[in-house]
Amino acid sequence: MTNTLNLFIGLAMGLNLVALASSRLPSMIRAAALQGMVLGILPLLIEHDFQWMVGLVAVGTIAVKGFVIPHLLRRALRAANIDREVKPLIGFVPSLLLGAAAAVGAVALGGALPLLPEHAGSLLVAGSFATVVAGFLLLMGRSKAISQVCGYLILENGIYLFGLLLIRSTPLLVEAGILLDLTVAVFVIGIIMDRIQKEFDTLDTNKLTSLRE
Amino acid sequence: MDVVLDILLRLAFWLLLAPLLPGIITKVKAWVAGRRGPPVLQLYYDLIKLWRKGVVLSTAVSPGHVAGPAIAWVAIVGAALLLPAGPAGAPLAFRGDALMFVYLLALARFCTSSAALDTGSAFEGMGAAREVSYAVIGEAALITALLALSVQTHSISLTTMLAPPAAGSGAALLAAGLFWVLLAENCRVPFDDPTTHLELTMIHEVMVLDHSGPPLAAILHGAALKLLLFSVLLAQAVLPMETLSPLAAAGELGASILVITVGVGLVESLLARLAFRRVPLLLTTAFLLNLFALLVAWKGGRL
Repeated sequence: MTNTLNLFIGLAMGLNLVALASSRLPSMIRAAALQGMVLGILPLLIEHDFQWMVGLVAVGTIAVKGFVIPHLLRRALRAANIDREVKPLIGFVPSLLLGAAAAVGAVALGGALPLLPEHAGSLLVAGSFATVVAGFLLLMGRSKAISQVCGYLILENGIYLFGLLLIRSTPLLVEAGILLDLTVAVFVIGIIMDRIQKEFDTLDTNKLTSLRE
Repeated sequence: MDVVLDILLRLAFWLLLAPLLPGIITKVKAWVAGRRGPPVLQLYYDLIKLWRKGVVLSTAVSPGHVAGPAIAWVAIVGAALLLPAGPAGAPLAFRGDALMFVYLLALARFCTSSAALDTGSAFEGMGAAREVSYAVIGEAALITALLALSVQTHSISLTTMLAPPAAGSGAALLAAGLFWVLLAENCRVPFDDPTTHLELTMIHEVMVLDHSGPPLAAILHGAALKLLLFSVLLAQAVLPMETLSPLAAAGELGASILVITVGVGLVESLLARLAFRRVPLLLTTAFLLNLFALLVAWKGGRL
């Protein structure tokens, strides 16, 4: 059971690097969506006996992170009619190396933390730290608003992964609330992107640093 | 006496089998494109033809221009002798021969590129510069892969390192990483196009432009040998063969080399050559795949 779990978390960690290395916005969105779906399956693997609540959380996560949010992002991409090239502030190779270093460091850190015996063998903590760092890297290192949304999604995936440690004691309402927050946040960012686009004719957030009357 | 005969037989195996691989790749490419293509043994004919020709030398070159390909060829043959060939084992095995293997390959690369620089042609200098700058990441990837194998088997001798315990997620990562290294080191398609003669995009082909006759034959044969070398390395690094009978292991090795060769041919037919600025990214990906294989090997039983 732990092996399958670790395989999926490893897959999610690999998708972090795919997102960091992708030079086009659609492929970055695809990586974030795929990661969301991979993580959506995890609760089913952690729970040994099937419960309708856990199943509901899994289905909800897969639907929202794998289909609804990517669809919104793709629509924003089409509507704003922006250039699909990602503009990196931190180059692709350095960000890949940083992401990989974060993954290695996270595995080392995960081994050093005092965890519950049932979590000791799993990659949950390591995967969560690596994913959070990858999300931050995307937020810092890419200048287009859509790629920052992807970074935000991956960051949230990392937090979700950490939350899976507490899956037995977290009520459904919290999970549902997080998903709702996420969707609303993506909506809001979509509106902001529209405004940036109208104001500056571009989605490059570097333009936002200069104040004008 | 037996030892000498043994080494001679192995040499014959490596040297005679090597030119077959590029032939198979060309055949696969022709087959995918719907052509008939040159015969599988074409490289043998080319080598014989080149061996009979004379050498044309530029007036600018030093003796190093001819010595370079010769030393490179000998270094690659030496590396091949260090590598265990399936159930037969390696003729030369000692503690730390993995390092020797890496350094022999580096020596071969150094000799080829210094012979290219020796012509004094700016064009060949450009090719040599490209070759060595990509080799920086390619070699890092290869060394990481060997490190992963070494950590996995607690050994620094190739004979023990290339007998992995069992296939797992680490083996899958290592296979992917080593396959990219194979493509990069042998100048195959996503990194370099072996058939191109467009100056803007050539890497390896640029360096051999001024060679002719027997030295060119040594370079071509060395390149084929290197391809065989990396295929054998990849096959043995991933597939566990310990438990099989010698005949089955030899069959498995042969089949996996064939699969790798056909895979290279398919990659060449289906993928386009990458833009130059994307090559370091792909090489870094290979490095990272091997790095994660190292991580899995390091964490081994504890994950």
